[in-house]
Amino acid sequence: MISQLQQKLAAGRFVITSEVCPPKGADCGEFLTTARSLNRQVDAINVTDNQGANMRIAPLAVASLLVREGIEPVYQITCRDRNRMALQSDLLGAAALGVSNILALTGDHISFGDHRQGKPVFDLDSVQLLQAISTLESGFDLAGNKLMGTPVFFAGAAAAPAAEPFELTLFKLQKKATAGARFFQTQAIFDPDRLARFTTAVSPLNVKVIAGIILLKSAGMARYMNRNVPGLKVPDHIVAEMEEASDPVAKGVEIASRIASAVRSHCDGLHIMAMGREELIPEIIKEIR
Amino acid sequence: MIVSKQKPFEDILASLDGRSRVFLVGCAKCATVCKSGGEEEVWKMQEALTTAGKEVTGSIVIDEACHMLRVGRDLRARKEMVEEADALLVLACGAGVQSIAASAGKTTIAGADTLFLGNIRRFGQFEQRCSLCGECILTETAGICPVTVCPKGLLNGPCGGMDEGRCETDPESECVWHQIYQRLKEQQSTDNLGKIAPGKDFSRMLKPGKLKLDK
Repeated sequence: MISQLQQKLAAGRFVITSEVCPPKGADCGEFLTTARSLNRQVDAINVTDNQGANMRIAPLAVASLLVREGIEPVYQITCRDRNRMALQSDLLGAAALGVSNILALTGDHISFGDHRQGKPVFDLDSVQLLQAISTLESGFDLAGNKLMGTPVFFAGAAAAPAAEPFELTLFKLQKKATAGARFFQTQAIFDPDRLARFTTAVSPLNVKVIAGIILLKSAGMARYMNRNVPGLKVPDHIVAEMEEASDPVAKGVEIASRIASAVRSHCDGLHIMAMGREELIPEIIKEIR
Repeated sequence: MIVSKQKPFEDILASLDGRSRVFLVGCAKCATVCKSGGEEEVWKMQEALTTAGKEVTGSIVIDEACHMLRVGRDLRARKEMVEEADALLVLACGAGVQSIAASAGKTTIAGADTLFLGNIRRFGQFEQRCSLCGECILTETAGICPVTVCPKGLLNGPCGGMDEGRCETDPESECVWHQIYQRLKEQQSTDNLGKIAPGKDFSRMLKPGKLKLDK
């Protein structure tokens, strides 16, 4: 199935994506209600893969439920829980179920989550996973065997524009592009200048940039994320701004929409992480659309 | 060397439940260096077991408990003490425990947990640098092993959790890719960082490993 997200980006349309965490359990009622209401606001909805190394329902299963509802998913797939056989077989499953947008990730380490005694896999890394996706698209598997039919994907990768040293992260971003990444979805951006530096640096790679925007709900949440979420760093001045606010959620919306407006010209789309307050997304992107 | 650590004494006692006579085995190589089963630890274990009401029929510190022929020979030399015992308690790595269990002909208790192949940083401080992967890539990675030192074993650079050169799993630790990057910069060969490393060939480390030298 041809990705509409890909077509919109190719046509130069500014896209908005968001994400919904698959439920811990087989009851997807609430998940679908959130996704349905979100669908009017966004171009695609990411489904996370055992996010933060916490076990949840398979993202491929809920991505397929979204396709059935006419909602376009971005299937996040990590290397933490599957070896190269399971990754390829899930990717073929995705193609068969009409799931074509893939965000290929390494995955948070198992020590962050709720199954810390499990064996972390990491048979492939994110660059090799992107290579696997490209290989499947050529009609073969990683062992060189011919596939029945040729799957079509729109593969992307993660990027952390604020991480230092930037030059070191750039080496890996170049490899991701070479391996087949056609969009970068960034970590939550707080400093628009860092995103500008990033976009300039990756522009020769010809990869679309979807900038991450997170809705902070309280200063406490920001501090918690700084301690517990890999790759996410809320700067002190933003935490202070949240601290002083009488209505923290309103302040969070104001900050998110301010950053969204500031990064608008440095990216091809936004990925809004609304942390359970998806109904606030229209307000965050009001000045963008 | 193989780094091992003695199990808690209560756990050892629990394993010896119902067995009153014990023969003790230590190892003169790795277990001596990491103080899990050298002369001193075997002697202390003997004291502790005696205090706990056990009878120690004898003890031996074998020069390489992993050496199967030597283990057989040394245990035969103490045949009577071994025969008198209800169980053997081995303070050595898992390889040592197994060569002893194969020769002893009676219940063998593992008194240590085997942790990793370690470098010795200084006395009493050990670090894992090599994970015996069967296909050495150190030539490409400035002599620093990402297979071992990166908790995810990533071969193509840092994950998204790296920041300020620190590892996401432990802010006290430097990201191995940051270490490699710094060393390659010193050697002016950061070009290496741009090469995509293919998926690792894990068939090189299929268990159980075997090697037979050509005569």
